Amino acid sequence: MSDRKRGPRPGFVLEVDRSTPPTLFWHGEGFRLEKQPVGSRVIYAPEPLDAIADPRGAIRHALANPIGDSEPLDALLFSGMKLTIAFDDISLPLPPLERPDIRQMIIEEVLELAARKGVDDVHLIAALALHRRMTEDELRHAVGDRVYDAFAPSGALYNHDAEDPDAMVMLGETRHGEQVQFSKRAAESDLLVYVNINLVAMNGGWKSTATGLAGYAGIRHHHNVDTLRASKSIMDKDKSKFHDINWRMGTVIRDAGVKIFQIESTMNNDAFPGSLAFLQKREWEWTARDRATFVAVSKSLDRLPARSKRSIFHSTKAPHKMTSVQAGEVEAVHEVTIAQVHRQQLVRVEGQTDILTMGLPYIGPYNVNSIMNPILVMCLGLGYFFNLYRNKPLVREGGVLIMSHPTPWEFHPVHHPSYIDFFEQVLSASTDPKVIERDFEKQFAEDEWYRHLYRTSYAYHGVHPFYMWYWGSHALEHLGRVIVVGGDVKSVRRLGFQPASTMRDALEMASDVVGRNPTLTHIHNPPIFLSEVV
Amino acid sequence: MKALVFERDVPRFAAAKVLSKLAPARAHRAGPLTLDEHSAERPLPGPEWQRIRPRLSGICGSDLATVQGTSSRYFEPIVSFPFVPGHEVVADNADGQRVVLEPVLGCVARNIRPACTWCAAGHLGRCERLTVGNLRPGLQSGFCCGTGGGWSTGMVAHRSQLHAVPDELTDEDAVMIEPMACCVHAALSPGLLGGVSGGAIAAVIGAGTIGALTIRAITAFNPVSHLVVAARHPDQVALATSFGAHTVVDPSSLARAVRRVTGSMAIGDGDIERLTGGADVVFDCVGTAESITQALSVVRPGGRIVLVGMPATVSIDLTPLWHREVALVGAYAYGIEPALGGRRTFDLAIELAPGLGRLVSATYPLHDHALAFDHALNAGRRGATKICFDLRKEKQR
Repeated sequence: MSDRKRGPRPGFVLEVDRSTPPTLFWHGEGFRLEKQPVGSRVIYAPEPLDAIADPRGAIRHALANPIGDSEPLDALLFSGMKLTIAFDDISLPLPPLERPDIRQMIIEEVLELAARKGVDDVHLIAALALHRRMTEDELRHAVGDRVYDAFAPSGALYNHDAEDPDAMVMLGETRHGEQVQFSKRAAESDLLVYVNINLVAMNGGWKSTATGLAGYAGIRHHHNVDTLRASKSIMDKDKSKFHDINWRMGTVIRDAGVKIFQIESTMNNDAFPGSLAFLQKREWEWTARDRATFVAVSKSLDRLPARSKRSIFHSTKAPHKMTSVQAGEVEAVHEVTIAQVHRQQLVRVEGQTDILTMGLPYIGPYNVNSIMNPILVMCLGLGYFFNLYRNKPLVREGGVLIMSHPTPWEFHPVHHPSYIDFFEQVLSASTDPKVIERDFEKQFAEDEWYRHLYRTSYAYHGVHPFYMWYWGSHALEHLGRVIVVGGDVKSVRRLGFQPASTMRDALEMASDVVGRNPTLTHIHNPPIFLSEVV
Repeated sequence: MKALVFERDVPRFAAAKVLSKLAPARAHRAGPLTLDEHSAERPLPGPEWQRIRPRLSGICGSDLATVQGTSSRYFEPIVSFPFVPGHEVVADNADGQRVVLEPVLGCVARNIRPACTWCAAGHLGRCERLTVGNLRPGLQSGFCCGTGGGWSTGMVAHRSQLHAVPDELTDEDAVMIEPMACCVHAALSPGLLGGVSGGAIAAVIGAGTIGALTIRAITAFNPVSHLVVAARHPDQVALATSFGAHTVVDPSSLARAVRRVTGSMAIGDGDIERLTGGADVVFDCVGTAESITQALSVVRPGGRIVLVGMPATVSIDLTPLWHREVALVGAYAYGIEPALGGRRTFDLAIELAPGLGRLVSATYPLHDHALAFDHALNAGRRGATKICFDLRKEKQR
C-alpha cells in the first residue's frame, strides 16, 4: 500500500470539504459509503510500517539478547526442568494471520533451544482465560502442524481450563487484597515462557499471564465496572486501573517464585490481503481498479445470505508482518512493545468532537470464526474503538457516538450460550453496568451449565458477556447518546441505544444532544489506530 | 329464534378437516355449521329448567376445533346432534336477571338419582353419566341437542347451572367467568404449590385466553416463587406480565428461561435440547404435540404437566414421561376445589372476574360468524384475546 520510495506515511486527519469523496464505513459483513458533512474530520491510520526482513532471525536475536533483568533463554533451560510455554489465544490478532503465525515461529525457536538443552517436560498452553477453547484447526493455525503433532497427541498442548480445580492454584493476594489465581502447571514450572502478539496497546505485559492464565476468582478483580470506568483508557497502561491491578498481580506472581520469560511481538497494520486492500486506502487515492473492486465486492455481498458473507470474511487471513520482537523480563519487554505499537498506531488529533462516527467490522476479538452478536457489537464500539485513545476520548463528555453495524439478533449458540441469556434476561432488566454487575454476575459466573460448556465444548465462560458490557462502561458513562445506523431495531433498542436507518437520520437524532452545529469526527478503519487527543 | 346450528354432516365435517390443514381460514366455511334464522325453541327438559336469553357467548378453543373439523372423535358419543355451540354464556334468565352458565351437564341437570360418585362429591367435571338421564348425550350445554347453546338468541338451562352475575360486573366480565373457572381448576389441580421447599417454579405454555387466565388464577390462588410464561405475540406478553408472570419469553426461549430460573443443567451444545432439571409444574395451555413435547423438555424429574388446553390426537415421544417419572394430567372444567377448602370453582372465578372484560377484544353478530371465526383463529396475531358473539343486538331486531 505504501510508496516504498518515500516510506510509510504517518496518520492523518482530513478536514472534509466539498471535493472529499464519500468515506468508507465498515458495516458488519459489508460496507457503506457515507458523504461526511463539510467541515467534519476523518482520521486515517499511519500506513503499515516496514516488516522485519528476517523474522526468525529477529526472534533468535531476541531470545539471545533479553531486555531487563533476564538471562538469555538458553541459559534458563536445563535438562530435567519443567518448561511451560503459554501463548495468546484465538482473540489475537485480527483478522487471524496468514501462515506461518508469529506464535508458531516463536514457539518453534523456543522449542529448538529447549531440545538442544535436553528439556523434555514441556507443556504448551493456550492462555485463553475465560475465552472459549480453541479448536484443533485453530491451534494448528497458531502453533503450526509440526508443533501440534509433536505435543497435542500426548496431551502436552492444550487449552487453559480456568474451571479445573485441580489445575488452578492461588498464589496469594496483592496489597489491595486482590486474589491471584494461576495455572498450577505454569506456577510449578521452572520456567514459564509467554508468547504474545500485541495487536493493541492494551495487550501484553503482566496482563498476558495475570489474566491469560487466571480464572474467575482472579479476573473479577480487574474485569469489573469500577475498574474499567477508572481506566482512561484501557489502551493507555499508565492511566489504566485495569493495568495497575494486573501489574500488582504480576508482582505477586513473580514473588511467588514463578520465573517468566516474556516474548512480545508487534505487527504492522496491513490487515487485509490484496482483494480487500482498498479498505485501508484513503478514498481519494482509490484507483479505478479500487473503485471497481469496491463495487464488485459490495454487489456480490449484497446478493449473499448472511451465513455465506460471514464464511467468506472469516476465511480471510491478514498479511500483518512482524515489526518487532523482544524478550526477557516482563515489564522491560512491554515498554519496548508499547513504543512499537505507538510507532505504528499513534495519530495526533487536536481537540475532541461532539459526534464520533465509526463503522464496525464483522470481526472482534471474541467472534473469530463466529457471529458478531449484539453484545459484541456494543463491546467493539464502546469497549474497543471508543477506548483507542490516549489523554482524553475523541468524543467529548456528553457527546454522541454513531456506529454503523447491522447488529442482527443472532448468536452462535456453541460459542456464546450465556450471551443469549444475558441478552434475553439481563439486558431486558437493565443496561446499567452497575446494576447488571450487582444483580446478575454471580449467577452467570457460577452457572454449572455454562461451566460445563466452557470446559468441554467451545463456549465462552458464563461471565464473559458481563465483561463485554463492562468493557463499554466507561463509554456508557461518558457519552450522551449512542446511535446505531442500519442495525436491527429490536436489537439496538435492547442494547439501550437508538436505531437510525441512515447516517442523515442519525445526525438529526444526535442534534437533540449536541445541537445543530456539532463538530464531527470519523474514525476510518481498517486499519485500527490509537488517537493521541491533545 | 336465531341460532348457529352444528349438524351431523359427515362430508362437510370431513371437508372442514381437510381444509383445516390446507387452508385453515376456509375450513369453518366448509363445515356443517349454519345459521338458522328460524330455529324452534326447545322444550324444557324438566321442571327445574328454564329458558335463558344469551347476551354474550364466547368462542373458545374447543368450539374452534369443532367448527374447523379438528376436534377429536373421542367426543362423538358424548355429544348429540344437531347442537347449538356456545358454552361460555352470560344471559338473562326468565326473571330478567343476569346469569352466567356453568355448562357441564352432570347428574343433577340430568335428573339422575343418586348422583354418581364425582357429582356427589362436587367434582362436576368428572361426571360419569354424561350420556344418560333425561337429556340426550352432551358433556356440556353447547354440545347437547336438548339444551341449545350460547350462539343463539335462546337456550334452556338447569337451575343448578346458573349463577347470578354481581351488578358490578359488565357482560364482558361475566362472559369470562366460565373460562376463568376452567383455569382456576387447572391452577389448583397440582394442589397448593406454596408448600414446595423454596417455593415452586411453574411454567405456562401459551398466553391466549386460557394461558392468560391460568396465569391470573395461579397468581391469585396458587402463588409460586417464579412463574415463567411462553407467549408468542406482543399483546400476550403484555397481558401475561400484567397478570403477574415473573418472566415472559418467546416460546423458542422457554427452555432457556426455565433453566435460568431453576439453575438446571441442560442437554445441548449451547442450544438446549432439553433440561436435566426444570420446572416443578408446567401448565400446557396450547394442547398440541409441540407444546406437550416442550412441556416434557422443561419439567423436572418427578414433576407434573397439566394439560389445560384441549388436545386432540397428537403424536409425541413419551420416553421422557417414563424416564423422568413425570405426571401428565388433564384439567377439565370445574366443580369444587379441595385445595381451597372445597369452595366452588365458579365462586372463585367470579371473584377474579372484575376487569376481565378487557380480554373481550371483539364481538360479532351471529350472521357474521365466519368473520368471528377468522378473528378467533388469528386472535394472537391480530392482538386479540377473546372473541364473542353479541346477542344483545340480535334481540333488538
